[in-house]
Amino acid sequence: MARVRLFGPAREAAGTAVDELPGDAVGELLDAACSRYGPRFTLVLERSAVWVNGEPAGRDAPVCAGDEVAVLPPVSGG
Amino acid sequence: MTDGALPVADALEWAVLPSCGAVVTFCGTVRDHSEGRDGVTSLEYECYPEHATERLAAVAGSARSRWPGTGRVALLHRVGELSLGEVSVVVVVSAPHRAEAFEAARHCIDTLKATVPIWKREHWSGGSDWARCAHDLLGTTDVP
Repeated sequence: MARVRLFGPAREAAGTAVDELPGDAVGELLDAACSRYGPRFTLVLERSAVWVNGEPAGRDAPVCAGDEVAVLPPVSGG
Repeated sequence: MTDGALPVADALEWAVLPSCGAVVTFCGTVRDHSEGRDGVTSLEYECYPEHATERLAAVAGSARSRWPGTGRVALLHRVGELSLGEVSVVVVVSAPHRAEAFEAARHCIDTLKATVPIWKREHWSGGSDWARCAHDLLGTTDVP
């Protein structure tokens, strides 16, 4: 199980800021997130960047226990 | 990154160096309207705290690599709830001459907005929602 961090619109759509989700790769974990949180989250995810331990990662990137996977919707700082 | 008022005057004073004849300060302030929304009363910022500061540092590094003569760079951003007129972001850049100070400061605010994991929620009388003017999150080196 990896730790998942959700921010901004992704946090709101998921109803949580932190979670633990199963999956050996980023894609599996994101699929688990979509089935857990529902279609509104899936829509936000389509436009979001995904980082593993602070670095951008694709769906094929491996995920181990203790990794932190973050879902980062379009940003609006400033 | 801080939830307290941004020390604009301190940042400006810190940026002054004997080798620099120009200091440019940019402040972003809370405005009463945004794209398609009037009557905005406050903004609420959240960030990815474990990585926002390092991304700010990467923005400063990117300015230094493009303008090697840059003196000091201060990049400050608020989180939490802010009222109209409050300062949400500060960019201060010193350089030997004004042209590079202006250009580097412009680069810093533009790159900050595209690369630092920060999200803004707008509140108005009767509702609130995430800002519509959001950018897909880029890496610091992806910014033109």
